[in-house]
Amino acid sequence: MKSLAELAAIRDKMKDKVAIRDSESGTRIVVGMATCGIAAGARPVLAQFVEEVANAGLSDTITVTQTGCIGICQYEPVVEVYEAGKDKVTYVKMDVDKAKRVFAEHIQGGRIVTEYTMDNK
Amino acid sequence: MIRSHVLICGGTGCTSSGSGKIQAALEEQLKAKGLDEEVKIVVTGCFGLCAVGPIMIVYPEGTFYSMVKPEDVPEIVEEHLLKGRPVQRLIYSEHHDAIEEKVNSLADTTFYKKQKRVALRNCGMINPEVIDEYIAMDGYQALGKVLTEMTPDDVIKCILDSGLRGRGGGGFPTGRKWMFAQAQPKGKKYVVCNADEGDPGAFMDRSILEGDPHAVLEAMAIAGYAIGADEGYIYVRAEYPIAIHRLEVAIKQAREYGLLGNDIFGTGFNFDIQLRFGAGAFVCGEETALLTSIEGNRGEPRPRPPFPAVKGLFGKPTIINNVETYANIAQIILNGPEWFASMGTEKSKGTKVFALGGKITNTGLVEIPMGTTLREVVEQIGGGIPNGKKFKAAQTGGPSGGCIPESLYDTPIDYDSLIAIGSMMGSGGLIVMDEDTCMVDIARFFLDFTVDESCGKCAPCRIGTRRLLEILDKIIAGNGTLEDIDKLEELCYYIKSASLCGLGQTAPNPVLSTLKYFRHEYEAHVVDKKCPAGVCKNLLSYVIIEDKCKGCTACSRVCPVGAISGAVKTPHVIDTAKCIKCGACIEKCKFDAIVKQ
Repeated sequence: MKSLAELAAIRDKMKDKVAIRDSESGTRIVVGMATCGIAAGARPVLAQFVEEVANAGLSDTITVTQTGCIGICQYEPVVEVYEAGKDKVTYVKMDVDKAKRVFAEHIQGGRIVTEYTMDNK
Repeated sequence: MIRSHVLICGGTGCTSSGSGKIQAALEEQLKAKGLDEEVKIVVTGCFGLCAVGPIMIVYPEGTFYSMVKPEDVPEIVEEHLLKGRPVQRLIYSEHHDAIEEKVNSLADTTFYKKQKRVALRNCGMINPEVIDEYIAMDGYQALGKVLTEMTPDDVIKCILDSGLRGRGGGGFPTGRKWMFAQAQPKGKKYVVCNADEGDPGAFMDRSILEGDPHAVLEAMAIAGYAIGADEGYIYVRAEYPIAIHRLEVAIKQAREYGLLGNDIFGTGFNFDIQLRFGAGAFVCGEETALLTSIEGNRGEPRPRPPFPAVKGLFGKPTIINNVETYANIAQIILNGPEWFASMGTEKSKGTKVFALGGKITNTGLVEIPMGTTLREVVEQIGGGIPNGKKFKAAQTGGPSGGCIPESLYDTPIDYDSLIAIGSMMGSGGLIVMDEDTCMVDIARFFLDFTVDESCGKCAPCRIGTRRLLEILDKIIAGNGTLEDIDKLEELCYYIKSASLCGLGQTAPNPVLSTLKYFRHEYEAHVVDKKCPAGVCKNLLSYVIIEDKCKGCTACSRVCPVGAISGAVKTPHVIDTAKCIKCGACIEKCKFDAIVKQ
């Protein structure tokens, strides 16, 4: 290694990859992945969020994780967004395109996409 | 795209309880379910809670699974990784006042809450065989800072100001050691790492080498810069195959990245490290014997002075520090000496790693701020003593240390408090003993070890420890007299003052400290011919209580020497002349009719 810059580059590249192990990091996107969720198409939704987070280089502040059935199977795929100090937001009947929009408007823009949320159904 | 990391402990403890099989099963299951692109397996070093291994942690949730078996893996993959439902029955639970509580995350366990992890910070967090993961945790930043922003004097001042003392046992200020070596005329100098961890029950250094080997390499390079050395040696026991493998991988990776070798960071500083393997001699953990062994000679100590800082390896100025000491260095450089000095007590700064063993619930590895009391360590972090038994004593410092009785349970653990009560910090083994432990027997156990391990160079240690052992054997056999106890004590002081190296000078400590706090047990052995704890076989006999015996014959059938006689449905009798005191009958008796007296 010939310079500190090289070391910093490796660190920055790798930091994202280990950030997942810091369970205290900020926003959590939780996708319901029980049988009902998977049958309704939760897997591509999860994959979409994972990809969006990675593309935006936000994996040290946002984690994408999964959970079991929360009991509203008719609304699957369900996605919940937890942000520190804010109320939980529950999105229902999600698909890949909706995931893209939620990520852009809510996660990055801070504006909840009310037309997809639970209380609108 | 990776969305989840599954951390599996690959330390020696979990490897021997089968973590390798779990890893293989997990790889297979992830492939079968098509999750191998989404879930990454990370093999780490020791998490510390070895008692409940093999350990697995699933991130991002941080779910903490304990005692995982290969047959549990399909369920974990199907339920947790595919469907997102953590497998409740495998989640670690704690018992508080007989109420079982599930603890979802490692950080929430009582075992972890009171700990402060500095030297162990990456153990169980990163894959030790991937240098990039160490770099992600700010690895090699301290070396970069030292080489580009600090002079050797700055580095030594920083370590001095931090108050760091040697973690191998002696507690000599690390900065002072470095200063002495730096003050020697320019020329060939060496940096040595003492990884010849030999105390029975101690495995702190092994866990650091297995879990975070780069931390040691980085610190040695920093030390090399500070004293003006370009070569380092790590002397590690051959009995640590996993640690050796990870060190070899780490050195290779560091060389490939140019973090070891010539012209590091383009600053003109050269430093490289080689490994040397110890062949299992305890005395080689003594610094001068270790240096002699690296030189290719028989591992025997040499007189000090001259100290290694003046005339060490191959006759050149050398600093020699313990693994755990090195593991603190990079953190001190990055966070500043004030940060380090803010932890611990007035004269003992920072944290100390202890290997908890013996009669304790959470056998494993803990790192605590200096000054934590023994009671907190045993009762809270260690989870207390199993089976409702009473705490009797704790042994620190291995064969060089001493016992701490219950009356000193609230002693803060730091270098000076432990010395004051006749024990010592030692390298960090902490063995807990309950009411069933005989203190004479414990003293004998450690003496037996030192007699085996004495190198034989000086007479006080070679002959003196042998004589101590003989007196102890006599007492345990029931042939001791009160004069023997006085003789024992007197001989201890001769050995302490006349031995050449640390091994001999400290060898009598287990005897002296048990004599100091448990003299009545010695006296019971010689005067009453009884062993109060019921351990010393010659001093107790097995007796059947007539009223309780139903004459079921279970005992007489299990007795290997035919010492028990009696007709069916009438009380049996043990022939004490034939009895070999193996205890088989006690285990077999359903009516608690057999007792040791």
